[in-house]
Amino acid sequence: MEYRWPEQGLQAVPDWIYTSPDILERELDLIFRGRTWNYVGLEAEVPKPGDFKRSYIGDVTVVVSRADDGSIHVFENRCVHRGAEFCRKSSGHGKEFVCPYHQWTYSLKGDLIGVPFRRGSGKKGGLPPEFKLEENGLKKLKVTTRRGVIFASYCDEIESLEEYLGPEILGEFDATFDGRKLKILGHYRNRIPGNWKMYHENLKDPYHATLLHSYLVSFNLMIAGQKSAMLADKSGRHGSMCSAKGDIEGKVDTSQMRAYRTDMRLQDARIVDFIPEFKSPWSVTMLTIWPNLIVQREMNTLGTRQIVPRGPDAFELNWTMFGFEGDDEEMTRHRLRQGNLMGPAGFLGLEDNEAIKFVQDGLHRSTGEIGNLVLGGTEEGSADHLVTESAIRAMYRHYRDVMGL
Amino acid sequence: MNASVLRNAKLDEAELRALKSEIEDFNWDYGDVLDGNRLGEWPNFFTEDAFYRIRSRENADADMPVGLVHCEGRPMMVDRVFALMHTEMFEPRYYRHVIGTARVLDVTAQGVISARANYALYETILDQDTRLMQAGQYVDEFVRAGGRLLLKRRECIYDSTIVHTALIYPV
Repeated sequence: MEYRWPEQGLQAVPDWIYTSPDILERELDLIFRGRTWNYVGLEAEVPKPGDFKRSYIGDVTVVVSRADDGSIHVFENRCVHRGAEFCRKSSGHGKEFVCPYHQWTYSLKGDLIGVPFRRGSGKKGGLPPEFKLEENGLKKLKVTTRRGVIFASYCDEIESLEEYLGPEILGEFDATFDGRKLKILGHYRNRIPGNWKMYHENLKDPYHATLLHSYLVSFNLMIAGQKSAMLADKSGRHGSMCSAKGDIEGKVDTSQMRAYRTDMRLQDARIVDFIPEFKSPWSVTMLTIWPNLIVQREMNTLGTRQIVPRGPDAFELNWTMFGFEGDDEEMTRHRLRQGNLMGPAGFLGLEDNEAIKFVQDGLHRSTGEIGNLVLGGTEEGSADHLVTESAIRAMYRHYRDVMGL
Repeated sequence: MNASVLRNAKLDEAELRALKSEIEDFNWDYGDVLDGNRLGEWPNFFTEDAFYRIRSRENADADMPVGLVHCEGRPMMVDRVFALMHTEMFEPRYYRHVIGTARVLDVTAQGVISARANYALYETILDQDTRLMQAGQYVDEFVRAGGRLLLKRRECIYDSTIVHTALIYPV
């Protein structure tokens, strides 16, 4: 099949970018393994030398490891011998990595340091002399960190993370990762039966927030008219959906929000309390960092979400929830209570997952061919209001450029 | 059942069997309320200050506190039920709990009963095969109030690492 973008340009999205296995292969190659910084974990998950965790770049499993000198290394979880995925634990601690099949052994930096019976047995067999251990380490990736967040790239010539993010998004990133040491509160994982790009779209779509999420409106967390912004970087690939709780500009029109009811009261309103702790005008920022990271700062519940594509029709999210060293017990509990808003059982999270599923189902079980991105006309990039799809259009301008579509 | 497993209980064999049976009836009713979509009744299984959490086994093993659902006190449970009934958008579905036999582990001098039961939670959505949502274990503390058992603490520890799409109702 020939893939030709619809003539409406960025105001339309063709179904095949969400459903085609060929397109996904191109994305994995050109985006995830292309000139991008991929989120692989937090330094607080591998605090000590010898600590490691499994992670993903696209659909490739990688290991994030801290070596004896404190440096962080990211390499493919594939033994160079027969290709076995040798690291099977989600995290752990060790002196080296040993592939269980034939015990080929790798250092914490991913170098091949041992092969059993290398010289053979009884002068027979063994490795040929031209096989050099130092030339046969694991496939290593370029690594960078900022404020305790670890990124890796397949592209050796990629620009710095700071340049990659651009000043606006870097500012929002630093507002959440504000220099305090992170404290990991736990993980969870879920699978969503939709295309991975829909997750970016959903968080670059401020239009849905007050329409889908009645909870936000019912309990005064977010209403159209409140101070908010959709930021995008110059390239269009990254974004930050921002809003400020309780900062209402002018008269609020709630007539078109299905769920606006004044009779709703929480019995325990602590879940929606916002305890100011960041140097930021926003109480909520949802950062979309291309291609695989979401940074959630929903008031005081904080987390990273890693996007792992599973074919064109599904993706997984690996969540890491965190607080900061120095949080007292009550602050930690507040973050945990507020965590009920997000995740696959969260009041906001579950609805997003359902909506994405509905879209993927609709694309497969219908005769239509395109979706429309017409809110806000043709404007692209940042916007200071909610009723627009400008950031999604900006993302697809970048996407089409990288994908040659 | 061997009464000697109980560290503090002064229960004889017959009392222990009666307690186990009572907890199993409790769990059956609990599952029936959720599977029968009588969500409003769910908080009534708990004490006012009860703690309820759905947490992955991975987090439990690592002593990490994050859960999918984290309720401190019955008011948070009432709010969750209210939200599910009035604000949340999700595809209609059936839940079916299959709760195994209960094991009483301890009864303290204050009357706090520690018990466990394994569970399987199946979900059925229109046009889809019924699927296993969670295999897990209830880690419970019961107390007796007004003659009946109430949960002071229920933790649902699930093995099934990956949550499918969304977990709508309590477990």
